Amino acid sequence: MNLVIPVVQRIVYAVVLLAAVLVLNFSMLHLAPGDIADTIALASGGADADVLIQIRKDYGLDQPFIVQLARYVGSVLTFDLGYSYFYNQPVTTLIIEKLPATLLLVITAQVLALVVGVLLGVFSARNPKGILSYIVTFIALFGYAAPVFWTGILLLIAFSLKIPIFPVAGMSDVTVEGGWFFEMLDVGRHMVLPVFTLATIFLALYSRLCRASMMEVLGSDYVRTAKAKGLSERQVVMKHALKNSLSPVVTLAGLQFSAVVSGAVLVETVFSWPGLGTLALQSIIARDTPTILGILFFSALVVIIGNLLTDLVVRFIDPRVRGKT
Amino acid sequence: MKKILKSLTIAAAMITATAVGPATAEEPKKGGTLVMSIQATPRHLNPAVQSGTFTGQPGTQLFAALIRYDEGWEPQPYLAKSWEIAEDGLSVKINLVEGATFHDGKPITSEDVAFSIETVKANHPFKSMFAPVTAVETPDANTAIIKLSQPHPALMLAMSSQLLSIIPKHIYGDGQDAKAHPRNSEDVVGSGPFKLVEFKRDQHIILERNENYFMKGLPYLDKIVMRIIKDTSARTIALESGEVMMSGFEQEARDINRMKKNENLNVSPEGYSAIGPVNWLAFNTKGEKTSDPVVRKAIAHAVDRNFLLKAVMLGTTGPAKTGIHPGSPFYNDSVESYDLDIDKANKMLDDAGYKADDNGVRFPLTIDYGWAAAKPVAEYVKPALKKIGIDVTVRSSADFPTWAKRISNHEFDMTFDNVFNWGDPVIGVHRTYSSENIKKGVIWSNTQQYSNARVDELMQLAGSTNNIEERKKYYAEFQQILADELPLYPLFPSPYHTISNKKVGNAPVSIWGLSSPMDKVFLK
Repeated sequence: MNLVIPVVQRIVYAVVLLAAVLVLNFSMLHLAPGDIADTIALASGGADADVLIQIRKDYGLDQPFIVQLARYVGSVLTFDLGYSYFYNQPVTTLIIEKLPATLLLVITAQVLALVVGVLLGVFSARNPKGILSYIVTFIALFGYAAPVFWTGILLLIAFSLKIPIFPVAGMSDVTVEGGWFFEMLDVGRHMVLPVFTLATIFLALYSRLCRASMMEVLGSDYVRTAKAKGLSERQVVMKHALKNSLSPVVTLAGLQFSAVVSGAVLVETVFSWPGLGTLALQSIIARDTPTILGILFFSALVVIIGNLLTDLVVRFIDPRVRGKT
Repeated sequence: MKKILKSLTIAAAMITATAVGPATAEEPKKGGTLVMSIQATPRHLNPAVQSGTFTGQPGTQLFAALIRYDEGWEPQPYLAKSWEIAEDGLSVKINLVEGATFHDGKPITSEDVAFSIETVKANHPFKSMFAPVTAVETPDANTAIIKLSQPHPALMLAMSSQLLSIIPKHIYGDGQDAKAHPRNSEDVVGSGPFKLVEFKRDQHIILERNENYFMKGLPYLDKIVMRIIKDTSARTIALESGEVMMSGFEQEARDINRMKKNENLNVSPEGYSAIGPVNWLAFNTKGEKTSDPVVRKAIAHAVDRNFLLKAVMLGTTGPAKTGIHPGSPFYNDSVESYDLDIDKANKMLDDAGYKADDNGVRFPLTIDYGWAAAKPVAEYVKPALKKIGIDVTVRSSADFPTWAKRISNHEFDMTFDNVFNWGDPVIGVHRTYSSENIKKGVIWSNTQQYSNARVDELMQLAGSTNNIEERKKYYAEFQQILADELPLYPLFPSPYHTISNKKVGNAPVSIWGLSSPMDKVFLK
């Protein structure tokens, strides 16, 4: 299995794509009227004219567009994502500070959704007319159709207010003492509702897709052959059918990687989860251009790497793809 | 009927105000951790170079000011144990409390006061606060003399709360740009009742008791945890469940009314009269149609303030007839309030020669709004003005900067707007009407482009005398002229409320509310 050529090819694509993302994002943000000086005035309840002029000068916003673009691209080329106007901190520091919280949330939710989604999909595919199948379809459609913030707030009302077993907001309770074990337990408690909320969307996708692809596979000739040679139902499903029906699910899961940034914005906001989504929202509201660009650049990077990995995994589980580049 | 309704609303407002006033004479208790929430992450924690309530709430715990205020607009000693204003009003002598120290143990001297005033004057967005200050003399370590080019009545309020944080010269005077100083968010050293333990963006700010606080016996609390919770619904649930004990600047009418019914919570509108947020319908006085005062007045008669108070604000706030906050001692309640009168409005426009076409339309106008909460008000104006033959187009903006760009470049007919008084009218009110402050590209300057020589003169007079009675007289006339020419139609103060759990004693009710030291707050 020759991997060198496709990988090199994709890295070249990736670099071109990243450059385009950089220039396009910068230009688009520049097109939007208003800037950080306005939002600083907003946060301050107003500001005098010379203060606003000074802010624009400090951040080089009085320079022509092309000069600003050249400066930005130049600094990214030296692996410097710039300085946040809003927080007076390097953007890289901000992203690294927020990344673990988002990864924890999104990866847990993805894994949960993938495992449960595939299981539900398999079960309902084996008996498409059964009660379970209808229940799965209903849950999946409901989870997909309900807006995330609504699901989140309903869960909060149910499990934080009416039956107060989970905390309302944040990632940890600062008053918890007693060492790392209790702190971990506390983070776990804070995670339950946001993870569940985020997982409902993915769960819907995976279970529907897995059900459909499983049904297709179960109707194919080689499954009939496997059954004919006397394998048990369990062996047929687990050994033959599942592996083949997984490839679309894995592809989709890979595509959902971008949700590391995008999908979590709403959930993070509702649950005050201190991750990248919250940072993205804050910097968009504040017109903190370097931070927005930094997050967009970073998420483009994540998507590209995610796609590359997906490709490799699909090659691994589906020999038919290996031949093509 | 309308009159009765109005007095009923006022009576209801007064009942709520008294019901949730200062806690009963319960003995304050020492100790405990107060978990409260703020609505956004502040840029940093140093109010000397950053205005705004998100910096102000933690900032006034960390940094002490020279003066503090009670709930009746009376200045009280804080870092300044006393002060004397010279006969001619051109100098103010400040006598500092003896033995006061910063959190790092270094003494607070008049040098720090002089340095703080210089820093604020150079960096704070409100230039009018210390503009007349020519020098700060420091004859000895405990005396500072502020020299002024003219009597400056706004000085007292400008020396209080978050407007003049006394910052240590030995830390911030190291030559770095104060606005971007690393110690603004890390290892912050002030002299306020609480010290900084941890500032985690988008998570929390943790403060602990300053054992060497210069006000003996205070503060009562061991710790304050300010949790940053952006989502209004989440904050409401956290308050209801008791996870958060206090939250200020709440203005979602439905949530406020819901929490009023909760027996564990106190809901109070007190503590916002100094910050003084007033909402109004602004006119472009250079606009083709809106340059005519008759048009502006007819619009005011067609826009029903009482309807907005009932249907949109759900009774959470009262009327404001002028741009000065109704809680201010300078508020003039006797000006024309432009109550709903469609017939009068139509007649005014008819008499002025604005003829309606076959569709009943006299002319079109646009109305802008810049944030989600203003949308229902802007949308209400459309059908309201249809009744007087004005065809209104509601223009939304993608976000605040988009709106700010339009308004500050004077590309609008009408807009919903919200401007804060920030203590003295010199600081937050003059900017809206001063003809010198018509500045393109600057939001919350005189974006109405209004200019009136007498109004300019009255502001000049009221801003340069320490005689409060004279000032009241000048501001009364000032508000009278503005109500008469109507560059903007004042609607109501923002319905800010402080929600606190009944276990919280002495929830802040002074004019600066939560942007003042919480050294007397305690847990029952």
